[in-house]
Amino acid sequence: MTKGANNTYFGNIREGFSSLMKGLFLTLKHFVDARFRRKPIPVFDKDYFKYDKGIVTLEYPHEAIPVPDNGRYRLHNEIDDCIVCDLCAKICPVNCIEIDVIKSTEEIGKTSDGTTKRLYAARFDIDMAKCCYCGLCTTVCPTECLTMTKTYDYSEYDIRNMVYHFSDLTPAQAEEKKKLFEEQQKQKAKVEVDKNKGNVEDSALKDKPATEGEVKKPVFKPVIKPVIPKKSPDQDQDKKE
Amino acid sequence: MLAFILFLGLLLLYVVIAVYAERKVSAFVQDRIGPTEVGYKGLGQTVADLLKLIQKEDIVPSAADKKLFLIAPIVIFTSIFAGFAVLPLSPDLVGSKVSVGVLYLITIISMDVIGLIMAGWGSNNKFSLYGAVRSVSQILSYEIPLTLSILCVVMISQTLDLQEISFQQGIWANHYESENSITNYLFGIKYFGIDITQAGGILSWNIFRMPLLFFAYIIFFIASLAESNRAPFDIPEAESELVAGYHTEYSGFRWALFMLAEYGMMLLVAFLGVILFLGGWNTPFPNIGEVKLAAWTSGAPGTIAGNLWGAFWLIGKTILVIFLQMMVRWTYPRLRVDQLMYLCWKVLTPAALLLVFLSGIWRLLMV
Repeated sequence: MTKGANNTYFGNIREGFSSLMKGLFLTLKHFVDARFRRKPIPVFDKDYFKYDKGIVTLEYPHEAIPVPDNGRYRLHNEIDDCIVCDLCAKICPVNCIEIDVIKSTEEIGKTSDGTTKRLYAARFDIDMAKCCYCGLCTTVCPTECLTMTKTYDYSEYDIRNMVYHFSDLTPAQAEEKKKLFEEQQKQKAKVEVDKNKGNVEDSALKDKPATEGEVKKPVFKPVIKPVIPKKSPDQDQDKKE
Repeated sequence: MLAFILFLGLLLLYVVIAVYAERKVSAFVQDRIGPTEVGYKGLGQTVADLLKLIQKEDIVPSAADKKLFLIAPIVIFTSIFAGFAVLPLSPDLVGSKVSVGVLYLITIISMDVIGLIMAGWGSNNKFSLYGAVRSVSQILSYEIPLTLSILCVVMISQTLDLQEISFQQGIWANHYESENSITNYLFGIKYFGIDITQAGGILSWNIFRMPLLFFAYIIFFIASLAESNRAPFDIPEAESELVAGYHTEYSGFRWALFMLAEYGMMLLVAFLGVILFLGGWNTPFPNIGEVKLAAWTSGAPGTIAGNLWGAFWLIGKTILVIFLQMMVRWTYPRLRVDQLMYLCWKVLTPAALLLVFLSGIWRLLMV
């Protein structure tokens, strides 16, 4: 019966009664069906659409629906493969990656895809509390060292713990490397001065690492070039802090 | 005294279980699980909640009318708990054998309204006052169909004594002390001459002794929901409009008393409905010839077996009624005030009046 089909005193009572009974039987059906329970299975399970009745609650900390292996949640940086190119920090729309670079005096080593590492990361911090999970940083990463993992439950009591430190250098080590580099620079400057005085040219060239022809270029990846507005100097100041 | 302790214990135990049951029932109806963490399947949840409530600070708002505010929950709980005094739990166990039990019960439940208005007025809060006003208007309105439906039973039973009403609805009909010998006929019609006094069971329940009382029971059930301020008649404490209605300002133990009173009211009206309409402490199984189901599932009054069976059947039926109350609460949306009054004055009251009239005629057929 459609509503109002019999809009009289007794018609209303009859309609009210029948719809009330219908409602009561509906809830009773759900009550009886509460014997059944949905299992915590992922959407790619073949039984996913078979549980069409019963309890649907997921008792989360005790059980969880599995996440696919390529789930994109918490960021992870494999620092051994990182060439500290700073691309991730540049593209991050919320500025959650902070990197301090120290130039190395010599080649540090190779990443697993054969790229030469020439820079130390004195600091490689990702503030996951700021992260918006857009995944741009993983796209631009030339060595694919920065990835998103399937870990999604990593809440913390202290928000400072949401900052993840990936650098493998201790502050002391970083200081040491810095000094080494500065010393080398001084040396170079000296050589430069010598050159200007008219001394041997070859010795200065010897130290230049960029001339090595056999340095492997990063494996080609499509580069998405973001349009970055020219940064004012004070913004740069902020970033360093 | 025994009845007092029994009922107090029963009420407290009932509230602990009913709150848990209500949460589970609502969860199952809504495809959820309900409490699971405290104890096995969350059984300790209510106890934990109660312990928390007792530890809480008893806050009295500075602008409240302190005297009214402080005694209101006590008045409400006392008036509802006093109602249990006349309920016959089994053939021999009744707090007070008053011969005007029904009258006393209706009167003492009405005292509840005074407590509600005290709480609402004393809180000095607009939500509380609105809640109390709504509550009073609702309870006073619904007392009319409630009382009329009870009147139908009283006319059929010719007594106000709840214990006597209980006795009449079973195979022990002629065992009550002040009872003149009575004969139960099928559907109460003497003309057919089918004597079911010895068959008992469901056939001698009031809803079968006088089939129209079934409709009276529906009216009673609806009105009793309104009396106990339960959904779909919970506009006095409509949480989406009035925060919590008349107990908005209460906290801690006093709030617990309100909760206790609300659930106590549920239990009381469920008990009353079972006693008046559904055979009280009598077994639902009739004696059929040699298969004496009624005699096997109940004991003679005065024996321990009789009392245990009586309490078992009464509480069992009451639990079913309470389950129905819970299902109703979790099925229907709250009524609007105008719908509430329409239902009371234009539907239930005329129907109850008609039933009173028909009951009078039916009573003539019974003797």
